[in-house]
Amino acid sequence: MTTTMTHSEKQSGTGGSPEQTYQSTFVPRFDIWEGDDELLLFGDLPGVNVDDLDIRFENRELTIHGNVSPRYEGEMLYGEYGIGDFHRTFTIGDAIDAEKISAEMHSGVLKLHLPKSEKVKPRRIEVKAS
Amino acid sequence: MVHTRWQPVAELNRLRSELERAFAQTGYGRATAGAGVFPPLNLWENDDNLYMEAELPGFEMDDLEIYVTGGNQLSISGEREQPKLEGGAWHRQERAYGKFRRMFELPCDVDADDVSANFSGGILTLTMPKSEEVKPRRIEVKAS
Repeated sequence: MTTTMTHSEKQSGTGGSPEQTYQSTFVPRFDIWEGDDELLLFGDLPGVNVDDLDIRFENRELTIHGNVSPRYEGEMLYGEYGIGDFHRTFTIGDAIDAEKISAEMHSGVLKLHLPKSEKVKPRRIEVKAS
Repeated sequence: MVHTRWQPVAELNRLRSELERAFAQTGYGRATAGAGVFPPLNLWENDDNLYMEAELPGFEMDDLEIYVTGGNQLSISGEREQPKLEGGAWHRQERAYGKFRRMFELPCDVDADDVSANFSGGILTLTMPKSEEVKPRRIEVKAS
């Protein structure tokens, strides 16, 4: 009985992290830009340390999960926003070179580079004179 | 046959509590400040200090101006600029850019000279020491 309960809890949790169910999970805001060579994603993930960030790219599905630990000590007087993990999933239509995906974090903003595969990059076709 | 008296006020109250429950957010949910108020703030305290926190990802400390005037008037302003990218196209733009200013009345007076600000990971935290007058004081009761 106990195992069944644990199992169902795991399935209902977002991102399969049952240990974080005591907190809310929030959907971070993202900007997506497409250039000739890459897709660039900018995400607002305030309070997420680089070590607490989990980014996966599988089957054209990009998953970003940021762990946020509770950070208030004392008596709450007034609250306009909640604190919790960030989670977001994107389906990327273009063929991405998964090996070359890189990410950087600066001032709570995640910048993700998704380089396009060589085969989908726009290419100028040389026409040879015969 | 069971007869119940119609109680319109009770009906309304029940409807209201159902609606409130339907729209309720967990905890002190996001964006209770209403649309257009930026940034949302959280405020907490201990015996010595008031603490205020705001999520300001993508801002730089140099871009933020923080003032405490009149003992309890807090003012925060800043600007976030959109990264300039050559060519290409934006597929999604959910993040806001531009200038903001927010005034906030603190629930008690603080020592404006000793307010300290910490900005890391896009989170601004202000530590504001309470004025001596408003600090809780334990009253010693002497046995006579």
